[in-house]
Amino acid sequence: MIVGTPRPRLEGRLKVTGAAPYAADVPVPGLAHGWMVTATVSRGRIRELDAAAALALPGVLAVLDHTNSRRLNPDAANYFGPDGSLPLLQDDVVPHAGRPVALVVAETPEQARAGAAALRIGYETEPHDLGFALDHPAARPASTLFGPEADTGDLAAELAASAVVVDEVYRTPEETHSAIEPHAATAWWADGHLHAVDTDQGPYGISRVMATLFEIDRDRVHIRAEHVGGGFGGKTICGAQLILAAMAAEHVGRPVRVALTRRQVFLATGSRPPTEQRVRIGADASGRLRAIHHHAAFALSPLAEYIEWCTEQARTLYAAPAIRTQLTAVPLDMLPPCTMRGPGATPGSFAFESAVDEVAERLGIDPLDLRLRNQPSVSPVSGRPFSTRRLVTCLTEGARRFGWGQRDPRPGVRREGDLLVGTGVACAAFIAGTFPSSASITAEADGTFTVRSGATDIGTGARTALTAVAADALGVTTEAIRLRIGDSDLGMAADAGGSRGTTSHVFAITETAKALREKLPGADLPVTATVDTTPLINWQPDQERNTYSAIFAEVTADPATGEVRVRRLLGMFAVGRVINPLLARGQLTGAMIGGLSMALHEEGVHDPVSGRLVTADLAGYHIAAHADVPAIEADFVADYEPQDTSGVNGLGEIGSCGTAAAIANAVWHATGTRQRTLPISLSRVLSP
Amino acid sequence: MTDETRTEISLLVNGETSVLIVDNRRTLLDALREQLGLTGTKKGCDQGQCGACTILVDGRRVVSCLTLAVTADGVGVTTVEGLAEDGELSPLQEAFVRLDGLQCGFCTPGQLCSAAGMLAEHAAGWPSAVTRGGTPDLDEAEIRERMSGNLCRCSAYPSIVRAIQETAVSR
Repeated sequence: MIVGTPRPRLEGRLKVTGAAPYAADVPVPGLAHGWMVTATVSRGRIRELDAAAALALPGVLAVLDHTNSRRLNPDAANYFGPDGSLPLLQDDVVPHAGRPVALVVAETPEQARAGAAALRIGYETEPHDLGFALDHPAARPASTLFGPEADTGDLAAELAASAVVVDEVYRTPEETHSAIEPHAATAWWADGHLHAVDTDQGPYGISRVMATLFEIDRDRVHIRAEHVGGGFGGKTICGAQLILAAMAAEHVGRPVRVALTRRQVFLATGSRPPTEQRVRIGADASGRLRAIHHHAAFALSPLAEYIEWCTEQARTLYAAPAIRTQLTAVPLDMLPPCTMRGPGATPGSFAFESAVDEVAERLGIDPLDLRLRNQPSVSPVSGRPFSTRRLVTCLTEGARRFGWGQRDPRPGVRREGDLLVGTGVACAAFIAGTFPSSASITAEADGTFTVRSGATDIGTGARTALTAVAADALGVTTEAIRLRIGDSDLGMAADAGGSRGTTSHVFAITETAKALREKLPGADLPVTATVDTTPLINWQPDQERNTYSAIFAEVTADPATGEVRVRRLLGMFAVGRVINPLLARGQLTGAMIGGLSMALHEEGVHDPVSGRLVTADLAGYHIAAHADVPAIEADFVADYEPQDTSGVNGLGEIGSCGTAAAIANAVWHATGTRQRTLPISLSRVLSP
Repeated sequence: MTDETRTEISLLVNGETSVLIVDNRRTLLDALREQLGLTGTKKGCDQGQCGACTILVDGRRVVSCLTLAVTADGVGVTTVEGLAEDGELSPLQEAFVRLDGLQCGFCTPGQLCSAAGMLAEHAAGWPSAVTRGGTPDLDEAEIRERMSGNLCRCSAYPSIVRAIQETAVSR
């Protein structure tokens, strides 16, 4: 068995020698360079766009804008439905600051950039609205694509009968994925076919969107994403870099590369929307929860539907006679949001698990104990059993390793020199499952196997994991497996997102291996089997399927400067069977650090007058650096997912989900003050 | 052809001399990537904030996105492509792979070049902001401080530090 053993990633050598080709690295003869130009007003219209000076500069080949660009199909859609942000350069409307309004194409990047600087663009400015709030007049119920919100029991009666009721509002800011690889694409046309090397999380899905936009058969769109420099959700959407590169390549009749600047990544590629969440929890004096009400609002753009599903924790973590969740969308003049690491669950867990901690505080009950006392035996909302739920083991084993038993419950009393010290805990669940995918495997005459999957490896270790799974499924060593991924021509496949990429691709590969093994006896080689898992997926399982985590944090707070530092972080995870513990641990500690970064550092800030993002670079938008990262440990409890033929679940998101609440709860324990707004910055600690 | 907008420079990159004519606006990063085909060095922000483009210039770590190519005439450059010798990974590279000091791999060339430069700085006795007198041991706090110019959004930080520490100890 190869699955279950720690093995370094297969492309490790390529990545440490600089030989792994990313989207902006692939050499293409005759390449021209496109420089994107973005709107500088937060709402309005383009009054004039004068390209004469730009076109007169050396090397400038063309300027594409709404007056001369090819028409794109307005019916293109993303995962959530029709997406009006996809057809670029179609009209003079500016729906948000950072909206691409032109592309300058030139022989070199420097010439294209100079051309962009020489464009003269005038705008009619219209009043914009970025005033996000839960009670905003434009607030409306969010899409119910993920199913109806919870409403069980008599909430009012249970609240009235509760000994304590916590009723607080929590806020999280706009956050940006900030993958270190900026979005880039190189596109060219040949014989009516579009070819592109793109940075995205699912080349097959992207090829479908591009086919719709350009109104050509999907078979004529060939998208490669062999190596992707991080995604975190920010590369799930069909990006402006690809759409513009394809438009420009057609326009100038040459291959065109569009590489976004860091600033443009902030302004034009999607972000996690801000949230405002009211959580009400009622409990009796013994710590038994009676009522849970989680009402979360998030911002979105009127251009496209989106769901930041913050209310997931409230419907699955604890038993209570009455549970109600509400999700509100607030349309604003902002960049359309897109899923970001632990979408919904990460900001939602911050609010919900902070509120649960506040219940424990008011009752004088240990917060770990309170969580253990309220564990449900079946799903508290649907009544369905859980397929596997090792959350209690995560909590108790984590507590043992962390030394929780010795914890002094009093807040604000432990001092080490000038610093206050505290510890906190939070747990989280993240919905798991499988999306349709296909795979094909060829048994070659030389005894090797060629495995083809439309999967992509954005740093998750998918290449290594899928090779191990294929080897086990075919009963050979990994040396006998040639895995080809990262190309839309390799077949329909789920993207690397929603914690479902690897789960979905593993299922397709194991089913294909099964089909191939049935064909093999007596067959002339090479022989190929192909399986599409679409008809094999049970969309109405009779059990609920989640991954789980318990996160423990120790922090110090400096009362003089307001600086909070995380000193220790432990995550215990139940994620089904682990394919490769070395890579899985790295992914989970990385996600926990993402949660730390969210808790303490990350905040997208807009200028209140212009509406423009003022934190549009990595100096203004701080993400955790080496020096911010403490001793950190992630480990697994034994688990097996019965709904999956290989026993696996995804683990891309669960690492980030509970971390911010664990840190915020530790900050309360250190300082005695609740931090209900992220990030827990110096000023918030000094004047809460 | 050189004129007021272009300049001929000579670079010694990974032991090989190249003569090239560069746009005066061109960064050393773009000269390496676009003209010498050395795309191992990555552009993460193009403004000196992420460290992905870190290379060694005459042995010192430098962010190549903030270095104009014309100012690098005559210097010796080591990029990630020059860290392995005769196809043999350097101990640092080997440790990064074995200990999984990377995920997506995009910041990795910068982390590696930065670590190589940092180890040399430490060997030369340079202190860091967390050094408290004397010759600093290269413990985790020292490594984290000295490597903080290299961002990793996958946050492989713990295993990067482990890989560097192991390499430093075995030296």
